[in-house]
Amino acid sequence: MPPLLDIRGLHTEFRTSAGTVRAVDGISYSVQAGETVAIVGESGSGKSVGAMSILRLIPDPPGRITAGEVLFDGQDLLKLTEEQMRQLRGSQIGMIFQEPMTSLNPVLTIGRQITETLEQHRGATPAAARERALELLGLVGIADAARRLKQYPHQLSGGMRQRIMIAIALACEPKLIIADEPTTALDVTIQAQILELMKDLTQRLNIALIVITHNLGVVARYATRVNVMYAGRIVESGSAAAIYHDPRHPYTIALLRSVPRLDRPRQARLDPVEGQPPDLTRLDAGCAFRPRCRFATDACAAGRPVLAQAGLEDGHLAACFNSGSLSHTDQAA
Amino acid sequence: MTTTDDRPLLEVKGLRMHFPITEGMMTRRTVGEVKAVDGISFSVARGETMGLVGESGCGKTTTGRCILRLETPTAGSIVYDGVDIAGLSQKQMVALRQRIQVIFQDPFSSLNPRMKIGQIIAEPMKVHGIEPDATKREARVRELLTICGLNARFADRYPHEMSGGQRQRVGIARALAMNPEFIVCDEPVSALDVSIQAQVINLLEDLREKFGLTYLFIAHDLSVVRHLCQRVAVMYLGRIVELADSDTLFDNPQHPYTKALLAAVPVPDPLVEQGRVFRPVQGEVPSPINPPTGCVFHPRCPIAVESCKQSRPESREIQPGHFVACTQVGLS
Repeated sequence: MPPLLDIRGLHTEFRTSAGTVRAVDGISYSVQAGETVAIVGESGSGKSVGAMSILRLIPDPPGRITAGEVLFDGQDLLKLTEEQMRQLRGSQIGMIFQEPMTSLNPVLTIGRQITETLEQHRGATPAAARERALELLGLVGIADAARRLKQYPHQLSGGMRQRIMIAIALACEPKLIIADEPTTALDVTIQAQILELMKDLTQRLNIALIVITHNLGVVARYATRVNVMYAGRIVESGSAAAIYHDPRHPYTIALLRSVPRLDRPRQARLDPVEGQPPDLTRLDAGCAFRPRCRFATDACAAGRPVLAQAGLEDGHLAACFNSGSLSHTDQAA
Repeated sequence: MTTTDDRPLLEVKGLRMHFPITEGMMTRRTVGEVKAVDGISFSVARGETMGLVGESGCGKTTTGRCILRLETPTAGSIVYDGVDIAGLSQKQMVALRQRIQVIFQDPFSSLNPRMKIGQIIAEPMKVHGIEPDATKREARVRELLTICGLNARFADRYPHEMSGGQRQRVGIARALAMNPEFIVCDEPVSALDVSIQAQVINLLEDLREKFGLTYLFIAHDLSVVRHLCQRVAVMYLGRIVELADSDTLFDNPQHPYTKALLAAVPVPDPLVEQGRVFRPVQGEVPSPINPPTGCVFHPRCPIAVESCKQSRPESREIQPGHFVACTQVGLS
């Protein structure tokens, strides 16, 4: 069965006064129907720009998608007209953003923001849309739905607003939801509630989910596949188990070693990734992680490695010249 | 000034910080109060790192601000090295401010964008007259930058030219400029990327050892707290619900809120996660304007009984050094 979403060689750049920034520099991955894929990376790694490019929500200028294909249900989204794209956003692909405080319209009631989607995309009558809105609020666990529909975003807590965002994303029964740091702004107990809700709903309704996050714990709990991004590229891709237990890219290894663990007594010292993330306007021909990499060799300066099979698991890819020699023992060292 | 007694460096007793809620434009009248901190007690020994954890609005930052005397507490005492600072005037606090410093969460808003890094670090030395000589002050700035892992050339740069991690190191250098003995760290690594977080955590640990510092470490990231702190207090809605040494608290939590909090944190290991039974605690944190009667956690608590709604549980020492404010713990 062909994947629901198939991204091939996607490039997105921004023209800035400091030079051209290749925020997304040729990424390819696919998402099967009903699957949860995590995109992990730090600020500036291109994880959000990559996801926004799927929906073509890149402000132009300064941004531009310069190459690639985004095949959704077999159709290249980059070839659609703006009007066709608008029909698709929010109906076939839903979105959940990080900031539940700013992503809802402050001057519209909760009810209006949900029914608007339904009336726009489904041509629902106001009465039918309201009916469906009540049902959706129940689905995302909001009690007293009739009263909530009349309220404005500022009258709700952060967790409640994120539930509303999920209700809006679900309104038109999309096949795919893109969630960009959906719980970063929330407290841990509320984060746990929202993540469980998203997991439950996507499984029950067979919705594929792309979740963008920097939280390695969230990824471990929820993702089936993981793509690790660094400097605009996917540097490692594989099942969650392979990424966590047999990492094959030095960046992934360093990232996993640098986080303190709640379930373990304290170690003597953390083992941080030394140095700073690269300046994307000044990348050279070599591997972008080279300056911070403890395994770097001369070959790493000559060219940028491409994703290739690594590790034992089929489909576990890493973009590193030395991935074959990075074994589990290196990680434990 | 070295004291050899085992009196704690800081002792907070019955601390309350209530903020009035006012209404009316011409004549303001108080219509209620936010009980941000509602009677907490803890102590911090010399050389110790004490963690203060909890979710937004639990009062952990307000507690830190009271200790720094950026707020005047409503009630209670804050005894620092034998002196109750809760009632001191701002003038009397000046001398103490050299000994108690702070590192803030947001490295983007806590540095003056119009000052060079060198000026930012030198400013407190100038204000307190620690180093009146400008040349010596510059040398000290360079020394502090180097201690904090930054190139001495950064002294001539502006904050906007630096990354978040570098700025946080500047914030640390500024705190160190006064040769403090106690530093309130208010979420010092929350705004940083994962790979940079570990660098700053290591720096804080190195400095603690090198200069014999005592930290009050305020954070919501429990993994970081477990790594850095010897003892931890868990706050909920203005109260401390559990206090214990770090390993005891994380391996053997007793208060239902602490248990819920720890269960909510996903661990970066898919195998561990698959094996965990996971039921998130229901409901949200109630408003501190009108907190629940009795135990403030009872509306969300899975083991609450009728009496929890009436009387506020006192903190009990269930094992030496392990305090829990719950009447149901230890009963079976």
